Amino acid sequence: MTTDLRAKCAIAGLGQTRMGKNFDHPNAMGFAIEAIELALEDAGLSREDLDGLLVNPGVTWMENAMASFSLQQAMGLTDLTLTATMNLGGATAGAMIMHATQAIAAGMANVVACVFADAPLRPPSPEKGKAAGGSAAAYGFARGLNAYYGQFGVNAAYAFVAQRHMHLYGTRQEHLGAIAVAERDWANLNPAAQFYDAPMTMADYNAARWVVEPFHLYDCCLVSNGGLAVIVTSAERAKSLKHPPVYILGMGQGHPGGDPMDTLVSGAPLAKKTAFKMAGIELGDIDFAELYDCYTFTVLVTLEDYGFCKKGEGGPFVEGGRIGPKGSLPVNTGGGQLSSFYMWGMTPVAEAVVQMRGEAAARQVPRHDIGLVSGNGGILSTHSTLVLGANP
Amino acid sequence: MASVGRPIPAVTPDMAGFFEGARRGQLMVEKCDHCGALRFPAHDLCAKCLGRGATWVPVSGRGEIYSFNIMHQVYHPAFAAEVPYAVIVVKLEEGPKMISNLVGIKPHEIRIGMPVEVTFERGGEDLMIPKFRPRAR
Ligand SMILES: [Zn+2]
Repeated sequence: MTTDLRAKCAIAGLGQTRMGKNFDHPNAMGFAIEAIELALEDAGLSREDLDGLLVNPGVTWMENAMASFSLQQAMGLTDLTLTATMNLGGATAGAMIMHATQAIAAGMANVVACVFADAPLRPPSPEKGKAAGGSAAAYGFARGLNAYYGQFGVNAAYAFVAQRHMHLYGTRQEHLGAIAVAERDWANLNPAAQFYDAPMTMADYNAARWVVEPFHLYDCCLVSNGGLAVIVTSAERAKSLKHPPVYILGMGQGHPGGDPMDTLVSGAPLAKKTAFKMAGIELGDIDFAELYDCYTFTVLVTLEDYGFCKKGEGGPFVEGGRIGPKGSLPVNTGGGQLSSFYMWGMTPVAEAVVQMRGEAAARQVPRHDIGLVSGNGGILSTHSTLVLGANP
Repeated sequence: MASVGRPIPAVTPDMAGFFEGARRGQLMVEKCDHCGALRFPAHDLCAKCLGRGATWVPVSGRGEIYSFNIMHQVYHPAFAAEVPYAVIVVKLEEGPKMISNLVGIKPHEIRIGMPVEVTFERGGEDLMIPKFRPRAR
């Protein structure tokens, strides 16, 4: 049995708080509420219109097992017909939008807010005059033998996978650098990006300190405080709202299991199959791509896994600025999580909405009828695909 | 040993057999009582056959470097004087992979595919902890 979900729903609102080292709210909940308020305003809707609330909690509210209910209460939302706290890591944004679309198409909800928020950065401490906590503290967890061996955090585990890709396929440091530089070039065109005012050459990339080899500082995403929300509603309703609808044409998930060090393949091939079939498109129809980029390496693998190039040829593919502002395939056009801000899978979703609406100003891609959005969680563990369209 | 001050792992009941073996100078992995699949670290059940129950068995201690990284950032004070240091993934001859350190070689001389063998060092008061060192092929 299949139900045609193509273009049944649309993204009608986008809300983005300030990003990065800002302490506008004491915790993630505050950023989530602000993001939802902004998204409702953007759509021309009010709190009373919401009957669905989906939440992807960041690292700082993981202990809140019922985050969506806490958020509902904090916002005074009543009579919801759909809610969930969802976590597939970086694939959650896409998965929330899928869940919302399915529920709306099934008549179980009408207007659904999907939100990610986090606040892992702490204000400077008055005693020491320097930031406490920060990304290392929030993401540097380790237990048992791993801690004894000095294997801390996600950077270190991702590095194992990248190192194998380099070994098996001849991927070079400069290939990772080409992705970092391309995203920086895009960020230099995006006033909302944290690195808007900071150009970067390949020499700058190579000169930056190592975090964990083979990752330089600029291979790793910009852990940020902030919140991002989108409003999903039926395509019909979206047409009557403030902005042109961003139609959800295709959706898919893929979670390969096993050890990513063995396969070096993400869930993209699986997720793409479902999403492209639903959307009725082929790879050549994609005008631009917003690919989950917790690391440069993730972009490289994702490009391979969607079939933009053959497996193992992601390195040569990104050479020569191919994915940058002057390249033939615009990727991560707002600067991505590497040069703009890290809001898990919501970063690529938000930029796709801006591009789709034609509101991207200096960084606007010329053709923006069909956009590809990927989400990736864990270490190539979970994957979500969205195909978005400017037309139904 | 430079490892003084490193966070000493707790000997949890599921990993007790691993540390008992290490004390005898043997590298141990878990063997499923039902299908015989080997695994590391300890798990409550076998991902292959879903059988419960496993026995710690010694392995050769030989393997090769499957992957590695070189850590430059200090996440724990014990490593402040050690950065940059390498963390390795060893693929044992018997199949399972282990995260560990490689002794007797500089981090930047490590290559994927290098043959290695187990060696043990004292960790904390009363634990022996496996590390690896290069071996002739
Ligand atoms: Zn078994």
